[in-house]
Amino acid sequence: MATLTYLQAISDGLREEMRADDRVLVLGEDVGAFGGAFKVTDGLQAEFGEDRVQDTPIAEAAIIGTSVGAALAGLRPVCEMQFSDFVACGFDQLVNVAGKMHYRTGLAVPMVVRLPTGGGFAGGPFHSQNPEAWFMHAPGLKIVAPSTPEDAKGLLIAAIRDPNPVCFLEHKHLYRRAKGEVPDGGYETPFTARTVREGDALSIVAYGAMVSAALDAADRLWDEDRVLVEVLDLRSLVPLDEDAILATVTRTNRVLIVDEANATCAAGAQVAALIADRAFGDLDAPVRRLAAPDVPIPFSPSLEAAVLPDPDRIVEVARELLAY
Amino acid sequence: MSTIDMKPTLRVGARRRPDAAATDDGASLTVADHRSLHEHLLMTRVVEERGVRLYKQGKIPGSFYDGRGQEATSVGAAFALGPDDVISSPLIRDLGAHLVRGTDLTELFRHYMGRENALSHGREGNIHFGDRRLGIVGPVSMLPDMMVVAVGLAMGFRIRGERRIALSFFGDGSTSRGDWHEAMNVAGLRREPVVFVCENNQLAYSTPTDRQFRVRPADRAAGYGVAAEVVDGNDVVAVFDAVGRARERALDGGGPTLIEAETMRMHGHGAHDDARYVDPELRAAWAARDPLDAHATIARAHGIDVEALRAEVEERVAVAVQAAAATPLPDPASATEGVFCVGEPAGLGRGAAPFSGFAATAQGTRTAAGPTATADPLTAQTRQAA
Repeated sequence: MATLTYLQAISDGLREEMRADDRVLVLGEDVGAFGGAFKVTDGLQAEFGEDRVQDTPIAEAAIIGTSVGAALAGLRPVCEMQFSDFVACGFDQLVNVAGKMHYRTGLAVPMVVRLPTGGGFAGGPFHSQNPEAWFMHAPGLKIVAPSTPEDAKGLLIAAIRDPNPVCFLEHKHLYRRAKGEVPDGGYETPFTARTVREGDALSIVAYGAMVSAALDAADRLWDEDRVLVEVLDLRSLVPLDEDAILATVTRTNRVLIVDEANATCAAGAQVAALIADRAFGDLDAPVRRLAAPDVPIPFSPSLEAAVLPDPDRIVEVARELLAY
Repeated sequence: MSTIDMKPTLRVGARRRPDAAATDDGASLTVADHRSLHEHLLMTRVVEERGVRLYKQGKIPGSFYDGRGQEATSVGAAFALGPDDVISSPLIRDLGAHLVRGTDLTELFRHYMGRENALSHGREGNIHFGDRRLGIVGPVSMLPDMMVVAVGLAMGFRIRGERRIALSFFGDGSTSRGDWHEAMNVAGLRREPVVFVCENNQLAYSTPTDRQFRVRPADRAAGYGVAAEVVDGNDVVAVFDAVGRARERALDGGGPTLIEAETMRMHGHGAHDDARYVDPELRAAWAARDPLDAHATIARAHGIDVEALRAEVEERVAVAVQAAAATPLPDPASATEGVFCVGEPAGLGRGAAPFSGFAATAQGTRTAAGPTATADPLTAQTRQAA
């Protein structure tokens, strides 16, 4: 066990898996000599060489499309979008080529697309997005979104070993803020939800950076209101751990779902629909959602703070729900 | 006043071998090779003629798209490939490439007709398919996405030190999209062992090439550091030779080649399109250069009974259609299966490589990964978890 940041845990997972499996290779913009815009791939090219850690031209369709080809050739590519926003430039290769391949042809596409996501640091409209809902709507893609260093490493290794294309959402806000104990060696974290904190009054369902916001809110609700809030970390959006979601509703009968992404058709909307469909009778209050409004993520700190959910707003909506 | 020269890029095809109809300067081709080439040309045409009829009879759902007039390009290109090479991907005019690689006729008609079949289980559009067991990756409709995938396959082969190439077909229309540029750029940059076959068939649906681009695809290749060759796409021997040269270049570390095959789409974009927008004189000029007629002259000169071959091909097609028509539609319950791979991925197999030049390598190399030894491409182990 070592104490690592979320970013170090991702690097560690990548390095472990590259050492264990010579089919694993890394492709992306500035990932080689420079070590990546966020330094996730720092040192990998020196250890594994230029074929296994490839600096690519600025060409997202080529990065994703050649990864599909490499996967079909029997390799296990892990490609990086420098910021998840740029995956829009490779959308077609991911959605139409990678996602539909197995259903149409029986050919598997074992590849990982690393997507540094999220806002909170004045990145503006093109460096702050949470694009997961685009891909939840596209059959054939798995989507994971770790919230802790331990899960970041384990989910990345599981994603690399998975025989399907996996979108790996790594939240930039967590890169250096989230620290924790991370097991040594290679291990897989399952694509299931995890109850981070047990409670009986209310469940907050979240993923990625919103898990720590939910935990902060839960602490305050205990300190100030003596209310025990349960926090469920989805960890995987596709597949979605429906059993875990329904189980938390059964335990607390009140649910708040928090997305950092834009609200319409977000992951949280899918969770809300599931609960309405399968757990209506267990509810003591309407399902509430908190998400970014449907605007591009603005640059100025005052504007960005006005759209991203934070612990204050979570506490506010939680109190409304508890009072219902 | 415009100072830009608006002359048409291409019309009747500039690149014809002298006396192409009477000679076979593909010196490496044996009589058996010519017989095989002609058989595949005929098979391509007969299957598609039957496909159009089945569509008009309501027996093929959706629409139907054929490659009449372009048979020599897909047959000639695929004939130059070794068993371990991968096609990513044949397009809707490239049935000949599937047939040369050994795609089963009955499975093909089952697929066309939406019946249960080993190629697609009815999930893929009727002219979109690829038998992974034969080293073919099925195409997508977004062209030329599969060129980029072919570059990735070639990259994989190069990294592993394998002597094999990837080949991608695309049309003139594909050269306007960004993926074309990205594929050309990366392939040229890394000198990947890939061959790009551009079928310049004069039209992107109804839009002629002179309304698509100022500079022809072969001339643009130099800008990417990609070798290029213009070839008469209706001359199966010329296409075979050009792709063979490009393949050797790729295997020798010389990087990618773009082959621009000049040809003409003789039917509409699909069976629903009467192509009234095509100049009748242009169509007549190309009709006089029919690729089957051109090769029939060579085949006869080699003592091949072309008429007997056609009768044999028609019989095989009739038998396949009959078997396909007797096959049930897929089980509706299977519509939600197979989205995800579960377990070990099933990979690409080896294709047939009928060219006599590959006989030495093809014989005795049908391993467990080969098409004859591999089961259904969408086997139970790869079905979606419940």
